[in-house]
Amino acid sequence: MKEEIKTLTISIYTENNIGLLNRISAIFQRRTINIESLTTSQSEIENVNRFVIVVNITESQAKKIVGQIEKQIEVIRAYYHTDEETIYTESCMFKIKSKLLFEEPQIQNLIKDSNTRIVTVNKEFFVLEKSGRRNEIESLRRDLNAFGIMQFVRSGRIAVTKDEMKVTEMLAAFNNK
Amino acid sequence: MNTETVNKTKEVAEQTERITGAEAIIKCLMAEGVDILYGYPGGAIMPVYDELYKFRDQIHHVLTRHEQGAAHAAQGYARISGKVGVAMATSGPGATNLITGIADAQIDSTPLVCVTGQVPSALLGSDAFQETDIVGISTPVTKWNHQVTKASQIPEVLAKAFYIAKSGRPGPVLIDITKDAQFEEFDFKYEKCKGVRSYKAIPDTDPKSVTAAAELINNAKKPMIVWGQGIILGEAEAELKAVVEKAGIPAAWTILGASALPTSHPLNIGMVGMHGNYAPNKLTNECDVLIAIGMRFDDRVTGNLATYAKQAKVIHFDIDPAEINKNVHADIAVLGNSKESLALLLAELNENIHEAWHQEFKDLYAIEYDKVIKNDISPTKEGLTMGEVLKQINIESKGNAAIVSDVGQHQMIACRYSEFNITKSNITSGGLGTMGFALPAAIGAKMAAPGREVVAIIGDGGYQMNIQELGTIFQQKAAVKIVVLNNEFLGMVRQWQQLFFDKRYASTEMTNPNFVAIAEGYYIKARKVVKREELADAVKEMMESKESYFLEVCVEKEGNVFPMIPSGASVSDVRLS
Ligand SMILES: Cc1ncc(C[n+]2csc(CCOP(=O)(O)OP(=O)(O)O)c2C)c(N)n1
Ligand SMILES: [Mg+2]
Repeated sequence: MKEEIKTLTISIYTENNIGLLNRISAIFQRRTINIESLTTSQSEIENVNRFVIVVNITESQAKKIVGQIEKQIEVIRAYYHTDEETIYTESCMFKIKSKLLFEEPQIQNLIKDSNTRIVTVNKEFFVLEKSGRRNEIESLRRDLNAFGIMQFVRSGRIAVTKDEMKVTEMLAAFNNK
Repeated sequence: MNTETVNKTKEVAEQTERITGAEAIIKCLMAEGVDILYGYPGGAIMPVYDELYKFRDQIHHVLTRHEQGAAHAAQGYARISGKVGVAMATSGPGATNLITGIADAQIDSTPLVCVTGQVPSALLGSDAFQETDIVGISTPVTKWNHQVTKASQIPEVLAKAFYIAKSGRPGPVLIDITKDAQFEEFDFKYEKCKGVRSYKAIPDTDPKSVTAAAELINNAKKPMIVWGQGIILGEAEAELKAVVEKAGIPAAWTILGASALPTSHPLNIGMVGMHGNYAPNKLTNECDVLIAIGMRFDDRVTGNLATYAKQAKVIHFDIDPAEINKNVHADIAVLGNSKESLALLLAELNENIHEAWHQEFKDLYAIEYDKVIKNDISPTKEGLTMGEVLKQINIESKGNAAIVSDVGQHQMIACRYSEFNITKSNITSGGLGTMGFALPAAIGAKMAAPGREVVAIIGDGGYQMNIQELGTIFQQKAAVKIVVLNNEFLGMVRQWQQLFFDKRYASTEMTNPNFVAIAEGYYIKARKVVKREELADAVKEMMESKESYFLEVCVEKEGNVFPMIPSGASVSDVRLS
């Protein structure tokens, strides 16, 4: 029986270390797993970073990978979650010629209906920003593409989990030892 | 500030001394108990070598003839002593030459600290002379690595390096130190590392898992143990022996587990894996409970996973949670240090004997003896075999030598036929299979344990991969015994060509030099044996020698190693011919 490939979100709490990104991405590379997206930022804990990595793999692959990630010295904790177990979003930006905003009334409707924010407008171009699910962003991109997009960029997924992570407790336990 | 902290601060101030980063490196090594290190100098590490000169009475730096030799020597040192091996090299080519040894140490869980010099921090990223991104290069093959650009970071980083290398599942750590950090002066004070908050060296053992394991074992009819290096690294030899004896369980070993239980122990049923013994391989697929201890189900051990021990309940003891369910599903996982978890297990085990089951192993051994072993160790036909050389070494060593083997047919023969009374005596490159490992590793082993007989068993191919280390042996007067089993072939590859590539011997035959003359060129006593009648005497002379000794034995050219599990086949399809 072939196991189902799912979109999984891997969350990693780490110390802030220069080489760590390399170490973590190497774990995927070695197993020829494509990283769909990767975001790193400060986490809720001071001086602790959080990676959010999206991959399409089976859960048994994910378990092994999380094990290998956790094994890295500067990784505090790693988890994987299915889409149902997380609240997630992506964000994107469009740069579009300003004259289109006035020539194509359709664009204004698109902006309004899709809850897209206008970041800036000047004589040459205007910039839109939108966060949401991938399909919403994709559909907006298709719609705007009809008029011409000067630049488009989409971020990786960011996600929080529905259940607790207990990383703070873990670190407290170390400090009290 | 209360008085206590004031006093503490004063104390600290008094304990610091103003020294250079380079001197600090040496002081850190000495504080960690390093007595010997292996290395090779060059521009970016010269300040440290200058300090090594100053401290030469307190710490012995061994100049190998190649940085790869330094890394393997440090491995040999670590493997025989259980201590952290230390290797040092300059930036660029010096550092990259260490990589093979580091990768070997990573896959075989050997504690190493490698210190490399780096170009001054201001030049980093400028493609400076001998600049290479060694931290980037070594990342996938180190347990941890780090670059130091300020002298003040040296004590903490080195303390962490030793802690990480040795604790938990050991492994290699590389610390890259820029030249300006070596020159810089700072207030030095050393404190050993006691923990790293993001790293749990030893996972907690769940007592419930131990109870569940004991219950399964107590009810088993055909239990079998396969232990690995986890016993040796965890120093759990006594606990293993007690478990084996109390529950009467036949126990087999992986190549890196060899010597943890004496060869002569009645319940020691031999080696598993591609060239392991017939009985434990075959009966892996007959046992009802497979107890894996400190081993990682390498593909060379399991053969085809789809047909590996499917009938058995599997209990897996390991210190590394990532090993659980990695290759083989564990019905029960017992995390933790083998020494502690086996002690807990022992208390819950019933006394037992499994005579009929044990007899099955003996019966299959008899078949293997008849079809393979007899011809290997007591051959009657012309042409010396590797097996009879090992038998002769056993006779002379009485099983007390440390055997350092290289990679190939001779390695499999050495692991199959060496007798071991003492633990940490089988030093070989298991996971990486690094040809060229044995000669330098034997140097490290001999220097770490001068009182022990250290015999390197090497093929004519692998010998020439680090033959330059004869210079180190001579200079250090390291009384290593070197045996080259010369079949004039890259024998193991030739065996595969014979069995699986219709005897197309592509680039495996070697025209060899006069090995005796080469050894003698390094002032090492040397002898060559071509006839069976000369063998016993030559081995005796070698083993009785107080100094290093080189023995070349010309063995049959096309001998094969059996049993063999062809790659991808099932353990139960192990072939005897
Ligand atoms: C560095 C390295 N290169 C290549 C190999 C592949 N290899 C494995 S065994 C072997 C032959 C070894 O020949 P020799 O040292 O003469 O030993 P023998 O098998 O003849 O005993 C080779 C080439 C290896 N293991 N390591
Ligand atoms: Mg050979």
